[in-house]
Amino acid sequence: MTKLMSRQDLQNLRSVCQRALSLETKKILVCGGTGCVAGGSLDIYDKLKDMLQARGIHVSVELAHEPHEESVGIKKSGCHGFCEMGPLVRVEPQGWLYTKVKLDDCEEIVEKTIVGGECVERLAYRQNGKIYRKQEDIPFYAKQHRVVLEHCGHINATSVYDYLAVGGYQALEKALFDMNQDQILDEVSESNLRGRGGGGFPAGRKWKSCARQKETPRYIVCNGDEGDPGAFMDRSAMEGDPHRLIEGMIIAGIAIGSSEGYIYVRAEYPLAVDRLRMAIAQAEEIGLLGDNILGTEFSFHMHINRGAGAFVCGEGSALTASIEGKRGMPRVKPPRTVEHGLFDKPTNLNNVETYANVPMIIENGAAGTNPSARRTVPAQRPLR
Amino acid sequence: MTRQFDFAPVDRILDNHPRSELSTIAILQDIQEHYHYLPREVFPYVAKAIGVGEARLYGVATFYENFSLEPKGKYVIRCCDGTACHVRGSIPILERLRQELGLVGGKKTTDDLNFTVETVSCLGACGLAPAMTVNGTVYGAMTPDKASELLRELKAELEKGGGQA
Repeated sequence: MTKLMSRQDLQNLRSVCQRALSLETKKILVCGGTGCVAGGSLDIYDKLKDMLQARGIHVSVELAHEPHEESVGIKKSGCHGFCEMGPLVRVEPQGWLYTKVKLDDCEEIVEKTIVGGECVERLAYRQNGKIYRKQEDIPFYAKQHRVVLEHCGHINATSVYDYLAVGGYQALEKALFDMNQDQILDEVSESNLRGRGGGGFPAGRKWKSCARQKETPRYIVCNGDEGDPGAFMDRSAMEGDPHRLIEGMIIAGIAIGSSEGYIYVRAEYPLAVDRLRMAIAQAEEIGLLGDNILGTEFSFHMHINRGAGAFVCGEGSALTASIEGKRGMPRVKPPRTVEHGLFDKPTNLNNVETYANVPMIIENGAAGTNPSARRTVPAQRPLR
Repeated sequence: MTRQFDFAPVDRILDNHPRSELSTIAILQDIQEHYHYLPREVFPYVAKAIGVGEARLYGVATFYENFSLEPKGKYVIRCCDGTACHVRGSIPILERLRQELGLVGGKKTTDDLNFTVETVSCLGACGLAPAMTVNGTVYGAMTPDKASELLRELKAELEKGGGQA
């Protein structure tokens, strides 16, 4: 893959990906989140893929650059959120959700659903004697409106092409070519985005105070050391739609004037580390990360740091100490992280979900942003 | 020193990272992945290679919970004791495993270096609670009896000469 050198290159690649996606008339999305992987979903993925290929069905694993025929897309998706019913398999275009799928069920899924177009009802979700075939009809999902996780579970979590096909990196394009730094900062301020790690500090104000610092270099750091019991929103975002986080961080880099980003992920999330590594490598390969992104003056490099099992490293100054290779000991504040953070330089530290909100805000504009992002109540729960 | 320590794997790991203090944690993680613990011989060696004090390196290794200075067994069993697993009864499973392996007090590894039993805070598989892993493979919805059964299987595998760590 050659590097994208201009805005036009990116738009061309996106339309190729969109065409490839539209040719996938049928799709099997096997949940590749931690919960379902633990339940054996990757074996199910392999078996379904092998069975489809053995039957001579044209299978597309990765969106091709030269799509030429209709195919069945088989994808490892992000977490669907219904982990207790896992492993989950979603079938499109019908939107059916199969729950607690076992290896032995693969044959029936291929025979009945892919070849025959019928629903395997015994795998559908049941509640109070009612069978719910479609994922969106299940009471658990019916009231959800997903914003940050809109693509999670619906696209291949391991491919930048899938992300491009659903309009990914459009916000980056806009931030790079149509906006200046102040406009981005104002947009984020106006959207009223609050720090999603739980503190609820206005993200726009933090960004502005970091951008105001005279000292350089400045750093963009993402806190992925999520530690609340049973809360996996950051993990879902990192595993299921890693490019969204990366895009948000690049935009933060443009706005704040930084060319280095660090993501600190807790040790217990090996899958998130893998997916992010893969995503960063893909973004570097096509030139969305690195020097002179899309032929502009702007450069941005990204690094991943794995935690080593210290709960306290979720605190800002302990986290930056840990990235520096030291014991993760918090220090007294002030000075705050925006003034003296990583390597004692100005640092913008936000949570995963905060950055993942940014592409949507830039793309739609603060005014067009989903109202739930604009709520003024601090520390509200995630946008899902 | 009774035996010569082979530093070749350590050298390979060092070559994969920039030699600076920044890489401290990543290097220790890779070394631990290779040996399943941090052998004491590596401390002066790594400290010199990345240019930090030995005491500082040791300080980092003892600060983070994931690093172990004790050798581990061929099978590392991690019982999840996060909130969800705890509520669904992870402790009786842990106790059964420790009892069957004869691990008393603070002991985590059997004398024959075949098994290590430890707890982790959360494996993230709360839907499968109580969960545990054996060398990374997840076993969900465990009970003390299922744990005993699994232990029997692992021991049988050991006798056959298996036991891939």
